[in-house]
Amino acid sequence: MAFLNSWWVYLIIGVIFFYVILQSVIFLLKARKKAFSMGFTKEQINKTITSSVVFSIAPSFAILIGLIALSKVFGPMIAGMRLGTLGAVTYELPAAINVINGVFNMNIGDTLTPEIVITALWVMTLGCIPPLLIIPFFFKKYSKRINAVKEKDNSWNQIMMDALFLGMISAFVGYILAPKTVDNETYFSILGVIVFLTSAILIIVFGLLMKKFKWEWLKNYALPLSMVGAMAIAILFASMGVR
Amino acid sequence: MERNYQDQLHYEGRIWMLGALGLFISAPLLISAITGVWPSLSHFLPGFFATAIIFWPVTTIEVFTFTPMLGTGSSYLAFVTGNLTSLKVPAALNAQDALGIEKGTEEGDVISTIAVASSSIITTVIILVGALLIIPLTPVLESEALKPAFDNIIPALFGALGIVYIMKRVMVAIVPLIFMVIFFLLVPGSGGYVGIMVPVGVGLSLVSARILYKKGMIK
Repeated sequence: MAFLNSWWVYLIIGVIFFYVILQSVIFLLKARKKAFSMGFTKEQINKTITSSVVFSIAPSFAILIGLIALSKVFGPMIAGMRLGTLGAVTYELPAAINVINGVFNMNIGDTLTPEIVITALWVMTLGCIPPLLIIPFFFKKYSKRINAVKEKDNSWNQIMMDALFLGMISAFVGYILAPKTVDNETYFSILGVIVFLTSAILIIVFGLLMKKFKWEWLKNYALPLSMVGAMAIAILFASMGVR
Repeated sequence: MERNYQDQLHYEGRIWMLGALGLFISAPLLISAITGVWPSLSHFLPGFFATAIIFWPVTTIEVFTFTPMLGTGSSYLAFVTGNLTSLKVPAALNAQDALGIEKGTEEGDVISTIAVASSSIITTVIILVGALLIIPLTPVLESEALKPAFDNIIPALFGALGIVYIMKRVMVAIVPLIFMVIFFLLVPGSGGYVGIMVPVGVGLSLVSARILYKKGMIK
């Protein structure tokens, strides 16, 4: 399995990482230029960039946990490419398991042959391809339809956008309450609920502080600060045996 | 003829996305070509069908669910860089809310693109550095002390994000929230279905919002 750490794998994956970063930088620069032409100030744009960067740090480190798991099979570079592009660990691991366990009857921790690893990589690549085909060919038509609905009735547009986000949020709120199974033991995560409530309370407190002291700067950082505060609470309560 | 802003976004976005598609497929293609190891159909097809039967419909529905939330520019980027629910969609939301911009407008689209692009850059850099430094980083990331924090990133994210939107539109939130709480509490193994349940939640909240709007109960 030496090929997973060979120079040419680093080169192939390096090109893909470069492409993704280049696309992001070009989209950022073009959107920034457009924002200026729309009348946004440099301060507003810089704050948007900084707060998005700050917000993304903690979830990105959480992705690294998945990277460790996946790199045991694919080596760090291929695992990094799979998690940094297109997919997420919630897709990549089940797809890999479908091949390693389902087809070859092996486990992720076993010594795997190149055939198993490469078959899994092909399945992971082609198993989540639809967005890359649907968006280039159908997104324009779809977004025109959505825009037509928006233009028809602006107050419904605002409600519709909020309803879309609420649909996603409600699924994740439910998910937090789903019983968890670790080492064949199923339990309800009180820690998850504590973290959820702490994060909710923190953002409310930050909102009040913003109003009372006119701390406008806090607007951009309330979400990441609430998240990190709640994660710190998770460490505290876990150390007291709460799970 | 000069394209308008939206058309230009679609034009360039398609090129970037098809380029990404080519690159993503070229990775296993080149690895197979160089090593000479190609998957046999008898091994590939069962694994592929087991994966695609779930993830093709899920990722297809994701396109129709998340693109209206993200807007045009950021959709072409977010679906290339992935991690939509934990990173890109909340980043786009947070940025628009912080500036008090109406979502679904051209201003919202531009700010959302700036947020998603910034988020994509930092995430890609962190993952790349993480991959290169995986040996020294593994004990830190897998330490027992930090584990509860990383295990609870979803409640930490959706607590803050959720309460803001739930308070903003309590009436719209009631039906999908009650449904999801009951579903996840009562269905065994439901934790694995969250990806599938997002479009269900979106469908429920859209229907309930439309009914409330038509009855004049929300505006």
